[in-house]
This record gives sequence, C-alpha cells and structure tokens, in this order.
Amino acid sequence: MIYALGFLGVLIVYLVAQYNGFIVLKTRIQEALSGIDVQLKRRADLIPNVVETVKGYAKHEKGVFAEVTKARTALMGAQSPQEKAQADNMLSGALKSLFAVAEAYPDLKANTNFQDLQRQLEDTEDKVAYSRQFYNSNVLDFNTKVQMFPSSLIANAFAFKPFEFFEAEEEAKKSVKVKFD
Amino acid sequence: MTVYNQISENKTKTFVIMFFFILIFSSFFFLLGKYFNSPWGYFFLGFFISLASSIGSYFYGDKLVLMTTGAQKADKKTFFDFYTVAQNLSIAAGLPMPSLYVIKDSSPNAFATGRDPKHSVVCATTGLLEMMDRTELEGVIAHELSHVKNFDILLASIVAVLVGTLALISDWVMRSMWWGRGSDDDDRSSRNPIFFVLLIISLILTPIIATIIQLAISRKREYLADASGVLLTRYPEGLARALEKLKNNSQPLRKATSSTAHLFIDNPFKKKNSSWFINLFSTHPPIEERIRILKNL
Repeated sequence: MIYALGFLGVLIVYLVAQYNGFIVLKTRIQEALSGIDVQLKRRADLIPNVVETVKGYAKHEKGVFAEVTKARTALMGAQSPQEKAQADNMLSGALKSLFAVAEAYPDLKANTNFQDLQRQLEDTEDKVAYSRQFYNSNVLDFNTKVQMFPSSLIANAFAFKPFEFFEAEEEAKKSVKVKFD
Repeated sequence: MTVYNQISENKTKTFVIMFFFILIFSSFFFLLGKYFNSPWGYFFLGFFISLASSIGSYFYGDKLVLMTTGAQKADKKTFFDFYTVAQNLSIAAGLPMPSLYVIKDSSPNAFATGRDPKHSVVCATTGLLEMMDRTELEGVIAHELSHVKNFDILLASIVAVLVGTLALISDWVMRSMWWGRGSDDDDRSSRNPIFFVLLIISLILTPIIATIIQLAISRKREYLADASGVLLTRYPEGLARALEKLKNNSQPLRKATSSTAHLFIDNPFKKKNSSWFINLFSTHPPIEERIRILKNL
C-alpha cells in the first residue's frame, strides 16, 4: 500500500514537471514569435520612407512601387506565422526588384539618405533572419519533446501539438529578373 | 553537456574558487602574522581583504576589468557593424543586448565580462573591428556571446579580479619585506626563521597557483565557445577566417595584464614575449587547433 502510494506520488511529481516543461517551452516560443513581430514591424515602418526616396528619382517605375506597397500591406495584415512568413518573403522579393531598379539611377544611388535607408533595411532583414532562427530553435526543442517518449504521452494527454517552423521560402532565394521598359 | 549543465558548473566553480581564495589568502596572512608576531590580527586582516575582494569581484568585476584594459563605451554611430552584429546575435541567442566597449589598440582581440547575461559586456579592440569583415566579426561576437550565455564570464571575471588581488598583495608583501628589513631590526631576533621560509615559499607559489587556476578555467572553454558560437551564426568559416587573422597578427595588446589574459579570445601577449615556460602555462589553446576543428565542422 505504502509503496503504491509512494509510486503514485513520484508519478504525479513527474507528470507535473513534464507538463510545466511544456508550458515553459511554449511560452518561450510565443516570446520568440513576438520578437519576430517587432522586427517585421520595424521593417514595414521603413518601407514608406524608402518608396518616397526612390520615387523622387524614379517616378516612372510605378509597377515596382505598387508591388512593394502591396507586399507591405500584406505583411501588416498577416496573422498566423505562416502568413507572416509568406508576406515577408513577398516583401523581400519586391524590395529586391526595387533596389535592382535603383541601380539604374546614379543620382539616387549617391543619395546619402537612400544609402542610409538601404543599410537600415539590410540590418532589419538580418534581424528578422536571426529572430526567425531563435524562434525555430525554440520550436525544435518543443517539437522534439512532443514527439519523444515518454513526454509524448503527456503531450497527447494535454493536446500539445508540434509548432510549424517559420521558414524562409524559395522565393526569397530566387534571383530577380530586371526589366527596363 | 548542455548549456544548463555548463551554467550550474560555472556557478559552482565560482563559489569554490571564492572559498579557496579566502581560505588561502587568510592563511597566507596568518603566516605573515606569525612572522610579525601577531598572527590573528593579520589573519582577520587577510580574511576581510579576501572577503571584500571576492564580493567586490562579483559585483564590480566587469567594471574593474574594463578599467584595467582602458575600454570605452562603443556607440552605434561610430561602430555600426559592431553594434548591429552584437544586437542581431543576441536576438538569435535569446539574450539581452550586452553593453559594448572598445579598446583603442591596433592589436585585434576581444573579450566578454560581467556576472550574468543581464549584466554582460562585450569588448573588442579597434584593431579587430577594422580588420574583420562582417561575417568574421559575427564569428567573434558569437563566440563571446556563448561565453555570456553559459556564465563563463562570471567565473572568468572573478578569477581575473582575484588573481589581480593576489598579484598586488604578494608584490606588496615582497617589497615591504625587502625594504622593511633594515629599519626595524630591534625585534628581528624574536622572529622565527621557519615562518620566514614558509612565507617565501608561499610567495613563490601563489603566482603559480593563480596561473594554474587560470589554465584550468580557460583552455577547454575556448573550444566550447567556438562550437556554440558557430551554432548561432551557422557559419564556421567566418570564425575560422577571423581566427586565421588573429593568428597572423603578432602585435601584442598593450593594456592586457597577466590577470586578465585568460578573458581574451586569443592570447593577448602574442609570440614576442613568450618563452617555453609561458607556452607551457599558456592560457589559450593553440589557435591552429581551433581553426582545424572549425574547418572540420
């Protein structure tokens, strides 16, 4: 009887510890996600300035501006991590074509304000990448725990589901086609 | 070994070192007191000095280290790459942003200090910042942030201060014994020569013990920090190239002292003033070996 009680006690302590372990990891993931949000917002906030600066030199490239603005709106409206990842990739692509266009305007390239904005954008891009890396490494920890025995039993009992990774899609890696028309 | 094991190991070692420091220091003063015929007075003097410097090293170790190296605060505008790289990598590591300092010296080197990630400092020389491109700098900063993350900085900073105190005191005792001998020879006859011999032995031993402690805490740590730094940047090549550049530089860092040497990413004294004896007691693992390991990752 005493042994049974003792065993039950140990079991309960173990269960509680495991459950709390899940909660800690989950909170860390949420924190990491809001870290990504901060960087994405910083990035979106820079866009209007960039567009205005480029417009001052290259009024006729309306297609590119529309694309960048559209991508920015999509990013601001995105809710789930997947949507955000997608919108961010779209924005990266649009910005790439914007900067490719800027290459054709030497005056614009020499503008210190433009250079500064470009540097800031590069920096936020890096920051998005690093916060994504932090998010993903936390997701990896959580998902491993969800799938590994015996913690998988507790994950099942409390319906802890693996999280999706925040992924940079192929679109961001593709080279940009530049059209001059 | 996970990061969490490393953290608790570092904290334990910190307390063990503080304990032994106080013990050895007080007994050393006891011996000194025996020689001057007032053992307990000296014992308590030693006890309080060592206690104070232990507690002081915990709270102000980083500031003392920064002071002795002559480091100055780095601002974002002048040191844009340094600042943003540190900011980015702290995001990746999930750490609060460390305070950044620079040493105005053309010898490339860097170190981290502080007592925990919330009170951490990363410091680089201007030589390093000029010499490295962004990926190499990322390698170096990631290495330093790994020291921050696993609390190596706590242990290393405390050892720096305690070794410094030891050096200062043994120097002072050595001098006062040397110069004080002629003036008060009225009671010299009552002094026990055995304690004098013991004192001399311990004066010789203390710097050796101090060096051995520095050795014990720093060599393995550099490999570990290299590896976990690469986990942050995901680019071993960057750190490997940075270490290559450090290897090829033979200019010693002027502001480094033997008590702070083990903090740096690469041995600050370089080859110029190293003999076979110093190599034997080198605080840093051979840099070629570190590069080789990184290239094989």
